[in-house]
Amino acid sequence: MQSDASALDLILSGDPALYAIVRLSLIVSLSAVAISAVIGIPFGALVALTRFRGREGVIVLLNTLMGLPPVVVGLAVYLALSRSGPLGSLGLLFTPAAMVVAQTILVTPIIAALARQAIEDLWQEYCDELTAMNVGPLGRVATLILEARFSLVVTLLAGFGRAAAEVGAIIIVGGNIQGYTRTMTTAIALETSKGDLPLALGLGAVLIAIVIAVNALVWFARRAGENFAG
Amino acid sequence: MRAASSDLPIRFDAVTVRGDAVIMLDRVSVQIEAGAPTVLVGPNGSGKTTFLRTAMGLIAPSAGRVTWGGAESAPPLRRAFVFQRPAMLRRSAQGNLRYALAAARVPRVRHDARIEELLALVGLDGFERRPARRLSGGEQQRLALARGLARDPDVLFLDEPTASLDPAATKAIEDIIRAIAASGIKVVMSTHDLGEAKRLAGEIVLLHRGRIVERAPAADFLGAPRTGEARAFVAGELLV
Amino acid sequence: MLRRVFLLMFAVLLLAAPAAAQDKFIVVASTTSTQDSGLFGYLLPLFKMKTGIDVRVVAQGTGQALDTGRRGDADVVFVHAKSAEEKFLAEGFGVKRHPVMYNDFVLIGPQNDPAGVKGKDIVAALRTIKQKAAPFISRGDRSGTHIAELKLWQDAGIDIGKEKGPWYKEIGQGMGAALNTASAAEAYVLADRGTWLSFKNRGVLAIVVEGDKRLFNQYGVMLVNPAEHPNVKADLGQQFIDWLVSPDGQKAIAGYKINGQQLFYPNADDPYA
Repeated sequence: MQSDASALDLILSGDPALYAIVRLSLIVSLSAVAISAVIGIPFGALVALTRFRGREGVIVLLNTLMGLPPVVVGLAVYLALSRSGPLGSLGLLFTPAAMVVAQTILVTPIIAALARQAIEDLWQEYCDELTAMNVGPLGRVATLILEARFSLVVTLLAGFGRAAAEVGAIIIVGGNIQGYTRTMTTAIALETSKGDLPLALGLGAVLIAIVIAVNALVWFARRAGENFAG
Repeated sequence: MRAASSDLPIRFDAVTVRGDAVIMLDRVSVQIEAGAPTVLVGPNGSGKTTFLRTAMGLIAPSAGRVTWGGAESAPPLRRAFVFQRPAMLRRSAQGNLRYALAAARVPRVRHDARIEELLALVGLDGFERRPARRLSGGEQQRLALARGLARDPDVLFLDEPTASLDPAATKAIEDIIRAIAASGIKVVMSTHDLGEAKRLAGEIVLLHRGRIVERAPAADFLGAPRTGEARAFVAGELLV
Repeated sequence: MLRRVFLLMFAVLLLAAPAAAQDKFIVVASTTSTQDSGLFGYLLPLFKMKTGIDVRVVAQGTGQALDTGRRGDADVVFVHAKSAEEKFLAEGFGVKRHPVMYNDFVLIGPQNDPAGVKGKDIVAALRTIKQKAAPFISRGDRSGTHIAELKLWQDAGIDIGKEKGPWYKEIGQGMGAALNTASAAEAYVLADRGTWLSFKNRGVLAIVVEGDKRLFNQYGVMLVNPAEHPNVKADLGQQFIDWLVSPDGQKAIAGYKINGQQLFYPNADDPYA
């Protein structure tokens, strides 16, 4: 990226480096949210619908993990993925995959905790009907997850917000490599430390605009869905 | 039409159901046979809802046992329950029926035809695509009835089906219940409305403080009640 | 519909991964000052054009960069602290140290020079700063610049670890952050000329001391020892090192200018560097 150009210049001229950074940010954060959803939603549903020893403890733990400090997660993943670490042979350090791993760790508790809450509330509503219809445990989980789809979408948005905003974890495990692991947030951190504050601010505005756009898109999709299903 | 094994008769042997601090059913022994509708009446808290849920198999007795057609534990394959406030899935009317049909393991090819039949039965023709949660109270009650019938049950339980409905909707539901009973399905229901009991019942069962106090064909119960409680109830003076 | 969105995202991720795996690449652990100066943005495309090798630079402080090499997470380390580099070699983590280029450090401070240190003598300037308790920003991060700064305090006869006061602020961050802080606090800070020349947020800051021989800043490059870490791409890494010290590479380094001013001076042929 031309350091003398303002963020607006870069957007209007279609600067490929800027678009590569935006693309990478979206891929990393969206992938993390997708994987977190696949892990977190069924897990949250399981905790909501089954009774087991230590259940309250699991719920408290999930809620606590929502507030994991990103930089601590980043350090832990860094040490795990380092060549000298237990998972070094995977060769994932300083790659976008490592960034997805770190963000997935951050986002999964959020999705699991919020999904558990949503599904537990719904279970109160549907418990009788599903039992009377002789729906088995797997069927109940699937049905309630489907019923909860609108609040789950909001949950996914919360996860996306967390992923798109964080920098502490991905800058450590990604290395902020130009053209490879540089995202919007890490680029902003870099330009700030280089003293190019106007460019950093401009990038910040672009990031916020993108997050707003994603939220708006999902909001309207949810509205349309609700109008249909009531 | 009906499979060889059936959930009837439903037999309570000295069934006691304990709630948090109170006894909901107190050593109830009774047998419900196939035939005309059985209507439960009684003041609030007398145990009508608990009885229906226990007979459905939703509640396990604290003492005594319940058998269905002689079997001690029978999954509710041939029974259906319409709750006082039915919960509709966030789908269309036909979506809800499809769900019930799938839960009852009705083959997919039959679904479309069955949905049309069921909606016609409950007077909701043309409501296929309407979002179920946006229907009126009476319409949702009728859809819940259709959902119950989707299971092709031997026994249909209804917990105060017209409690929150206006007179027009009440009449519509009562007509449907009459048609269901006429088709051979055993109806077991509760009601607050003595008039409704008179209109629908084969036999009336009076519950008071968790015990069955009187059980008689409708005409006998209303015209010549034998017990003191029944007399008081018919006179509108048995409140608790 | 949700399912289709997820499938699409997985597909995109899968497509992204193999593309990266095709390229030849090495990981170079280097310093924030080298990155912030913009040198890599200029050099690496030239190297890629010549050899087709992608160089992924992870910019950390010198201390952290050498640690990255020790852990085997980089193929090459490119830093500017000779003593630390020689220790790295002695520990067996590096193969051979090649000098590459040098630039110099400069003392930056407020234009109006409240402590009155302007001149050509860095050691005298530091003594004055301590005497007058003028605000001073230290990188405090085991970087090459930090190590050089500590050595200069030593040359001035000051044991800065014991004799520092509230005027001496260690921020534990990179050169750009240190300059930002100095700009905001109107303090003195030791910086490498390369970062200073490309730094935009100068505020009231300017160069107050330069040209002292003790401000000489040498850069060296080493291949991480494949005997310690078999995953190191020894062949590709060596190609990068060979290019840096080759006439082509040295010419390229000399050719990097900001506002017409050369930042780095190639000296791979200097046996004492």
